[in-house]
Amino acid sequence: MTGVLVSTTINGDAVQFACPTDETLLDSLRNRVGLTGAKEGCGTGDCGACSITLDGRLVCACLVLGVEANGREIGTVEGLVEDGKLHPLQEKFIEHAALQCGICTPGFLVAAKTLLEKNPKPSEEQIRYALAGNLCRCTGYDKIVRAVQAAAKEMRKK
Amino acid sequence: MRYETPTTTKEAATLLYKEKGQAHILAGGTDLLVRMKMGMTEPTLVVDIKHIPAMQAITKSAAGFKIGATVCGAAMTEHAALGKAWPGLVEAANLIGSDQIQGRCTMVGNLCNGSPAADSVPAMIAAGAKAIVVGKDKRRTVAVDKIVTGPGKTSLAKGEVIEAITLPARLPRSGDAYLRFTPRTEMDIAVVSAAVNLTLERGVVKTARVVLGAVAPTAVIVAKAAKAIIGTKLDDEALEKLTAACAAACNPIDDKRGTIEYRTKVAGVLAKRAAKIAYQRAGGTL
Ligand SMILES: Cc1cc2nc3c(=O)[nH]c(=O)nc-3n(C[C@H](O)[C@H](O)[C@H](O)COP(=O)(O)OP(=O)(O)OC[C@H]3O[C@@H](n4cnc5c(N)ncnc54)[C@H](O)[C@@H]3O)c2cc1C
Ligand code: FES
Ligand code: FES
Repeated sequence: MTGVLVSTTINGDAVQFACPTDETLLDSLRNRVGLTGAKEGCGTGDCGACSITLDGRLVCACLVLGVEANGREIGTVEGLVEDGKLHPLQEKFIEHAALQCGICTPGFLVAAKTLLEKNPKPSEEQIRYALAGNLCRCTGYDKIVRAVQAAAKEMRKK
Repeated sequence: MRYETPTTTKEAATLLYKEKGQAHILAGGTDLLVRMKMGMTEPTLVVDIKHIPAMQAITKSAAGFKIGATVCGAAMTEHAALGKAWPGLVEAANLIGSDQIQGRCTMVGNLCNGSPAADSVPAMIAAGAKAIVVGKDKRRTVAVDKIVTGPGKTSLAKGEVIEAITLPARLPRSGDAYLRFTPRTEMDIAVVSAAVNLTLERGVVKTARVVLGAVAPTAVIVAKAAKAIIGTKLDDEALEKLTAACAAACNPIDDKRGTIEYRTKVAGVLAKRAAKIAYQRAGGTL
């Protein structure tokens, strides 16, 4: 193994990997841990396709070093499914056709989940602001906003 | 590239001082990692300062607030007391990037990156913020407006690290505000920005500070603009003088995002609007 050993928690599971010090966490997740949900759209923090949570905070994995993950808790889109059941956001994205090519979708899901945990009843404007760091070249955003609203409603019922 | 995670500021300063190659401090990494990715820098040493307890908290004392150098934008927004005392400063820090960037970016990183358009910098200077600077042998306290000396340049000596930003004790009847102009409402870089901080006495402006961003190589304190509103209740004449003083202080670049003429004009308009918001926040009625 080359590089530094990193011990971290990903979606609740203890994970270890070794990586060079200058590798991004996005590359470590995709190429070493095998979690390819987070995507690289830009690599410079502009598109949000690589959105994950680090100790509960939404961040761009392309702007975090793999070595920074040591001792910290990571959440990725793969963690949304519980007991084989899709998260309400995932259900509503499908129902509302809120994706086309799907490259941006994992990032939107992680960002939307973080939003709904803080604010279970966001206004349309709040949703649009919260997702401003996620770019989509296909859908025109409207269906994404509708899907998040529908998922929020569904989640409030529980 | 060596990656180090010191647990004291002094240890960080010593590591940076001793490095013969290219050494960088890593706070939120939202500037540094972009620069590394673009090949603008190839560090031999990166010192991650997020394991230093002295840098991690927002604390309040009789002397005012102290904001640790690794406190991210999102944590500032969540701090109710800070937002109540310094709404303009918190808004300015909150304008940096998206929610994803907010989860990482720091005010000190924003400052030390040295961009003329850095959003939190005019608001920090207007607030009279100071930086606690730690070197390998000594500590010093420096006014934030003395840190940046030009685009991408700071007055920090080799090895020096900023441990925290301090804000002065908040006097009653004070208010601050920060406004920026961007073509897009989110995720864009300021074409012009203005910060105003003031304190009132019986509705009359007693002290004020007006600072412009993105109109010169560094943020500029416009003393004449502050003078124009001190002793007034922000009547039209005072605001006209403030606008003119701001326009006169501009020395902007000319590019596709804003011409010199445009930036100069908008600087005055934003400063006027920010002054009105700060005045109302201080309890004044217009
Ligand atoms: C998508 C995107 C959008 C952005 N939008 C904005 C915006 O709207 N407005 C804006 O102003 N900026 C914006 N930025 C730039 C950046 O996010 C900010 O400048 C941010 O505040 C930098 O903080 P950081 O902690 O991430 O800095 P880092 O990248 O960790 O560090 C930046 C620089 O400061 C130095 N430094 C950091 N901490 C210290 C310290 N304690 N002592 C001494 N030196 C230190 C580092 O060595 C480095 O040179 C954006 C960036 C991205 C990627
Ligand atoms: S790949 Fe990280 S923001 Fe685009
Ligand atoms: S679905 Fe293609 S980028 Fe969003």
